[in-house]
Amino acid sequence: MAIRERLSGNEAVAMALKQIDLDVMAAYPITPSTEVPQYFSQFVADGKAGTEFVAVESEHSAMSACIAAVACGGRAATATSACGLALMWELLYVASGTRLPVTLAVINRSLSAPININNDHSDSMGARDSGWIQLYSENNQEAYDNQIMSIRIAEHKDVMLPVMVCQDGFITSHAIENIELLEDEAVTKFIGEYAPDWSLLAGNPVSVGPLDTPQFYFEHAYQRARAMAGSKKVILDVFKEFGELTGRKYELFEQYRMEDAERAIIILNSSAGTARCVCDELRDRGEKVGIIKLRVFRPFPMEELAEALSHVKAVAVMDKADSFSAIGGPVFTDVRSACYDLEKRPHLINYIYGLGGRDVRLEDIRLVYNALSEVVEAGKPGEIYRHVGVRGV
Amino acid sequence: MAYNLKKEATKPERFVGGHRLCAGCGAGVAVRGVLRALEEGDRSCCGVATCCLEVSSFLYPFTAWQESFIHSAFENVAATVAGAEACYTAMKKKGKIKDTYKFIAFAGDGGTYDIGFQSLSGAIERGHDMVYVCYDNEAYMNTGIQRSSSTPKFAEVSTAPVGSILPGKMQRKKNLTEAIVAHDIPYAAQTTFMSNFKDLHEKAHKAIYTTGPAFLNVLAPCPRGWRYEPEDLMEICKLAVDTCVWPLYEVVEGEWRLTYEPKKKLPIEDYLKPQGRFSHMFAKGAEWMIEDAQKYIDKKWEQLLKKCK
Repeated sequence: MAIRERLSGNEAVAMALKQIDLDVMAAYPITPSTEVPQYFSQFVADGKAGTEFVAVESEHSAMSACIAAVACGGRAATATSACGLALMWELLYVASGTRLPVTLAVINRSLSAPININNDHSDSMGARDSGWIQLYSENNQEAYDNQIMSIRIAEHKDVMLPVMVCQDGFITSHAIENIELLEDEAVTKFIGEYAPDWSLLAGNPVSVGPLDTPQFYFEHAYQRARAMAGSKKVILDVFKEFGELTGRKYELFEQYRMEDAERAIIILNSSAGTARCVCDELRDRGEKVGIIKLRVFRPFPMEELAEALSHVKAVAVMDKADSFSAIGGPVFTDVRSACYDLEKRPHLINYIYGLGGRDVRLEDIRLVYNALSEVVEAGKPGEIYRHVGVRGV
Repeated sequence: MAYNLKKEATKPERFVGGHRLCAGCGAGVAVRGVLRALEEGDRSCCGVATCCLEVSSFLYPFTAWQESFIHSAFENVAATVAGAEACYTAMKKKGKIKDTYKFIAFAGDGGTYDIGFQSLSGAIERGHDMVYVCYDNEAYMNTGIQRSSSTPKFAEVSTAPVGSILPGKMQRKKNLTEAIVAHDIPYAAQTTFMSNFKDLHEKAHKAIYTTGPAFLNVLAPCPRGWRYEPEDLMEICKLAVDTCVWPLYEVVEGEWRLTYEPKKKLPIEDYLKPQGRFSHMFAKGAEWMIEDAQKYIDKKWEQLLKKCK
C-alpha cells in the first residue's frame, strides 16, 4: 500500500535514503541541499536508520568517504549543491572510473561567481562528462522515485556506474507537495541486496585504485564508456519494473502533446510544469505545440530524441545553464547533434533561461513558442543562441 | 612478550617485494614495519594517498599489497579510510562482516602536512577508529623533490633552489606531530627506523590497537631528494635522532613521553653533512646557517623535554 504524505523535495530524498537503508551517508552542509543530511541525521538520532552518518569537513571528503564505503561493499550516498558539487569534481571521476555505484542527490543551484544560492543547472551540467548517470526530476515525487531507482541502475552488473539525481533547488527542494511513498518493505524488496563481485572487506584482499600506464588506461576508459552506453537498457528495465510496482511510468524523456506537434520545447526539471501550462493554453487555441521533458541526460537518449523530433518543424532547447562555448548550452548542443542524421531536420534554437534563480514565467515560455512560429515562418532559425528573461535582451 | 626482530621478520609479509620503490627509500620500510605490528588473524584495509608509495606499489595489474588496499586521490586518504571504517562499523552491526579489520592510512608529507591536512584533521576530530601513518621524506618526491611545509629550513629542493641570493628553503619545517596532538587524539607518536625497529613496531602496535584515531609520523628518508647513498638509510635515521632533529616521542591521551634520549646529543653538522641537500651549508661563509639550524634544534629539544617531564 502506498503511503500518502506531504513532503518537500529534500525531505522526500532523505526519506528515500532512509528506506534504502544506506550503510554510510557522508555529507557536508550547503544550501539548498543541507536539509537532506539534516533530516537524515534526525532518522539516525532517533534510531530509525542503520546508517553511519559521517558529518565530514568538506564535500571532497564526503565523496571520498562514499567511494571507500562502496568499495567496502556497502551502500553510500551524499547530497550536495553548486560549489559543493564543484569541490567533489575530482572524485566524481574517481567514482565512475573505479566503477563504484555511489548515489548522489544534487539539489541544483548556480555556481559562483557571483555567489548566488538559487536554482539553475550549472552545477550538474558541468559534471555531465564525469561518467555519472544523470536523472532529472520535475517534482518531489520524481526526486523520490529517481533516488530509489538509482540504486538498481547504479548497481546493475552491466552498469556499475554512479548516479546523480537532480532536482531544482528551493523550487522543488523546499516546496511541500503531496507525494506517494512506498512502504519500507517494498523499497527493500525493489532494491534487493547489494552483492558486488568484490569488496575490500570480503575476506580475500583486493587492491583498488591502481596507477594505469598507457598500456591499460585506454581500455578501462573504453569499458566505462561502454557501460554508460549500455546503461540505457538497464534504465528502461528498471523504470518498467518500478512502473509495475507504483503505477508511475517513466521513460528516458516524457513526451507531452507531441503526437502531431510542429513546434516543441525541450526542457528539464521544474520548469517543465510551467511549459506544460503554456502548452495547454496554446493547444486550446489550436496550435500544434508540444514538450519533451528530459529525465535521463546521461546517457544521452540520442536515437530516441531524434525519432521524437523527426516530424517537428522547429525546436527550442531550454538550457538552465550556459556552457560559455558561445554556441549554446549543454542540452542544446547534444540535441542538435542528435538531429544531424535525420533526413528532415527540424530547425533548432537554444534559449538560456532562469540563471541564478531568475523566475521562469508563463510569458517567457510564450515568447519561446512565438519565436518558434517565426522560425517556422521564416524557414530558417536565425540567431540560434538566445536568452530569455534577462534584462536588456 | 618481549619484542624480537628475528621473530617479527619471520611473519608472513603483508607488503611484498617486487614494487618499484627506489633502493634506500624509507616508504616501503615504514609500511612493512607498521603492518608487521598487526596481530595474527587480524586483517587490515589500507588506504594510500597518491604518492611515490602508491604509484610504485600498485601498477595495474600488479600489486605489492597482501592486505586490502584502496587509493583514490592525493588529498583525501584520511576521508577515504574514514569512509571505509564507517562502512565496516555499519556492516558489522548488521552482521554482514565477521572478520576483524584494522584501518590504516599512509601518505607522504605532501599528502599530510599540506594538501591532505584538512581531511586528516576532520577524520581525527570525528574519532574514526583508524591509524594515519605519514612517511615523512620532507618534500614532494613523487613529482620531483619540490618544497613542502615539511621541508626543513635551508634544504635545497627544486622549488626552493639555492641561488645567488637565496639559500634554499627560507622557512622552518611545520611541526605537524604537535598540531595533531592539539586535536586531543588518543595516540600520536614520532618514530623512524632505529637498529632493530623496536620503536617503530611498538608505536605501530599501540596505534593500531588504540580505540579511536591514532597518528604516526615516521621520518622516512629519500635517497634521491636528500642525496645520500642508498645503503646509508639507517645511518641517516639514527643521526636524525641522535642530533635531536627528529626526536622520538609519543603522546598518549595528552601525556608526553620521550621514548629515546641520545646518550650524547650530536652536533647538527653530523646529520647535515652526509646529505647533498644541505651541502651549500658547508660552503665558506655559510657558517651562519649551521648556527641558525643548531640554535633552532636546541630550542625545540628543550621545549620537548619540558613537555615530556
